[in-house]
Amino acid sequence: MDKMTKLLKLLEKTDSIEINEFRMDFEELELQIVPAVQQAIKKSKQQREKEMLEALKFVPPIESYPGSVTEVQLGAGKRKSVYLGGQTALYRFEEPQPNPPVVTFDVFDIPMPGLPKPIREHFEDVMDHPGDWAKKAVKEFGANMVTIHLIGTGPKVMDKTPRQAAHDIEEVLQAVDVPLVIGASGDPKKDPVILEAAAQAAEGERCLLASANLDLDYKRVAKAAVDYNHAVLSWAITDVNMQKTLNRYLMKEGLTPADIVMDPTTCALGYGIEFSIDVITRTRLGALKGDTDLQMPMSSGTTNAWGSREAWMKNENWGPTEYRGPIWETITGLTMMLCGVDIFMMLHPASVKILTEIGNTFTKEYMTTDLPDISGWITELEN
Amino acid sequence: MRATVMDIYRLLPKTNCGKCGEASCMAFATKLSEKEADVSLCTQMTDKEKEKLEDALAPAVREIVIGTGEKAITIGGDEVLYRYELTFYNPTPLVIEVSDDLSDEEFKEKVQRVEELEFERTGEQLKLDAIAVRNKSGNTQKFVEAVKKVKDAKLALVLCTFDPETMKAALEIVGDQRPLIYGATEYNLQNMADLALEYDCPLTLFVPHDLEKMKELSYSLRSAGIKDIVLDPGTFVKGGTGDTLDEFKMIRRLAVEQRDPDFRFPIMGVPAIYWLIGKESEVEKGIREAVTAAKLMNSYADILIIHGTEIWELIPVLTLRQSLYTDPRKPQAVEPGLYEFGELDESSPVMLTTNFALTYYTVEGDLKSGNANCYLLVLDTNGRAVDVSVAGNQFTGKAVAELIKEAGIEDKVNHKTLIIPGLGAPVSGEIEDESGWEVLVGPRDSSAAPDFLVKLKQEAK
Repeated sequence: MDKMTKLLKLLEKTDSIEINEFRMDFEELELQIVPAVQQAIKKSKQQREKEMLEALKFVPPIESYPGSVTEVQLGAGKRKSVYLGGQTALYRFEEPQPNPPVVTFDVFDIPMPGLPKPIREHFEDVMDHPGDWAKKAVKEFGANMVTIHLIGTGPKVMDKTPRQAAHDIEEVLQAVDVPLVIGASGDPKKDPVILEAAAQAAEGERCLLASANLDLDYKRVAKAAVDYNHAVLSWAITDVNMQKTLNRYLMKEGLTPADIVMDPTTCALGYGIEFSIDVITRTRLGALKGDTDLQMPMSSGTTNAWGSREAWMKNENWGPTEYRGPIWETITGLTMMLCGVDIFMMLHPASVKILTEIGNTFTKEYMTTDLPDISGWITELEN
Repeated sequence: MRATVMDIYRLLPKTNCGKCGEASCMAFATKLSEKEADVSLCTQMTDKEKEKLEDALAPAVREIVIGTGEKAITIGGDEVLYRYELTFYNPTPLVIEVSDDLSDEEFKEKVQRVEELEFERTGEQLKLDAIAVRNKSGNTQKFVEAVKKVKDAKLALVLCTFDPETMKAALEIVGDQRPLIYGATEYNLQNMADLALEYDCPLTLFVPHDLEKMKELSYSLRSAGIKDIVLDPGTFVKGGTGDTLDEFKMIRRLAVEQRDPDFRFPIMGVPAIYWLIGKESEVEKGIREAVTAAKLMNSYADILIIHGTEIWELIPVLTLRQSLYTDPRKPQAVEPGLYEFGELDESSPVMLTTNFALTYYTVEGDLKSGNANCYLLVLDTNGRAVDVSVAGNQFTGKAVAELIKEAGIEDKVNHKTLIIPGLGAPVSGEIEDESGWEVLVGPRDSSAAPDFLVKLKQEAK
């Protein structure tokens, strides 16, 4: 018998042990109490059977989360309201999300000759007037929201003045009653000035100002939002720490989590989408685990997908672009949606339709939808 | 959760006999945990104990091989719920189903299309992985005829029929090729289990929208001695999407976080079902099938059965797979420095791009296919794309000036003109100031680069 077995044999009839003058010398210590514990809890046959049955039972793996995502209201005043975020769990089977993901249609303040043909053909008749463009997106394609990009304010585009920008905003505000996202041209010097003018023109309507980032005067953007009652898009480039820093800075300027939407950056399908997947997943998990710097809804610039050559480039080996483009945009957005994104900036009506359809299932309880019988798919599916 | 060294040590005999070649059981446990030693080296354990240890060492999701030899594909093997925690293993195979009710000509044509479909992306050939023969006819003889036609196909096989007699007839022909049997249901469980054991083939368990029953039946199959199981909880589309996503995620969470032995198997999705449920046009169904495939692949599907073979439908799905399965632990960057294309001399043009692997390989592919003759300077942006590195301040005038100096390009050409990517335009002035070179802003997309160079040459003349 080895020493351990001998020792256990000796201990069999003992209730307690007293050790005197005990000393141990060691470099590494590991205590194994497993054998003794096993002795102590010899289970009755009955108990084991009960455990077997328990193991066979299916129990949904529901977790509890210390944190949650803040709900952000967009649209006030004369606008219908749309709510983003509010999740208290990661997955629908744990707790359905209170608000479905939202799509906002891209509209521009100039006719945008560079837009891909599959999109242009839907909007060709309205591209001269952002108001008409927005109206068509809402009336014909069911947009929940509209994003007005003030591209024309770019110094190298048309160098429109803040006053002209404000005028364009007024035109769109009058044309539709959905909430607006207001984007500028991407010029770090001019954007804060433009956004400020636009914010003033839309006072009290609770728009989303896009965007504040570390490369521009984010304080000015934040102040405009505070002064005129808007929310701010906080844009970081696939970097969770940069996102946290920027959010903290914005909150110092008087914004609350209910005034911030994050854009962790959407890299298109095939062009680094995996980086966005990782960052967005980590951001949402961080929020649910209780990181207060990340507890805001997220946005995706899904239109980035149209920059992918698979979406727009003519190549007869790849099939028609009129199908490829919408699929590329849909799958880019869908992938982000499955990581937890709440609002999507999109261009093509077909992509918007599919994404909205999927997103609307996110607010339903598990096992409450009538499902068709697919058990005979092998013989029932067409040739 | 993955077994720790301590978890493994607890399952060892703890005798420190040294017969495995390690000084102690603790040392052996460490080696096992790093997959540097094999359980069989231990001579002190009973078979049952070894089995328990092997189970603890196995990945959260069982790895299963379908097919043999060159046709073999591996599915499953995942350890984590989120890609960033480690990496995902074994890219999801795309299996195209072929009906046994097609005419001889149509059948052969579809099989050939599946075998030959290819799409090149960033230096990689993306392809389809297997053929599923589907017993659409419900007729045994027809199924057997169809299976005979793919006996020598280039790809692994999945056999789809719920009738055990028909399955047996097919296995008589290709049972030695380790096809995936599809499938066992609550109605044919025993018979299909017997066939899986007799022919030593992996078996799919199809239990639509009922995880409680799926767990029960998975337990039955395991008790019958079946080790290689694939789980199909049903693919529901449209309004049913939410329930299917819930079920895929529950199965995987139970496997990874709770190590529930009944769910530690690869999951199958069947986007082909869109063609059964959808009422839209052919094109629209193709688009929806691709979207369904992407949805499931993003939600842990380890193998997918697809109906359509249109290239525009498959390119996005193949691309998503390539993205999801790149290893986040490996840098997505190429070596910065000077690269050469075509025939060069002192007057050859000099272009610039970043060292993000996707960017570099896209540019490389375009320059090669366009037969361009030029130097390409590759800037170290820590593996970031052009627009991202411009925004993130890695693509700066100073960095480019340093690259020009270090790469020694000034000794190779007799001019000082640098062509930068269109998306790098915002830093063009900065580059001129820092480097003393003249900057030409090139096209936004590198597909236009070869033409740009040709035009440049013509203008020079």
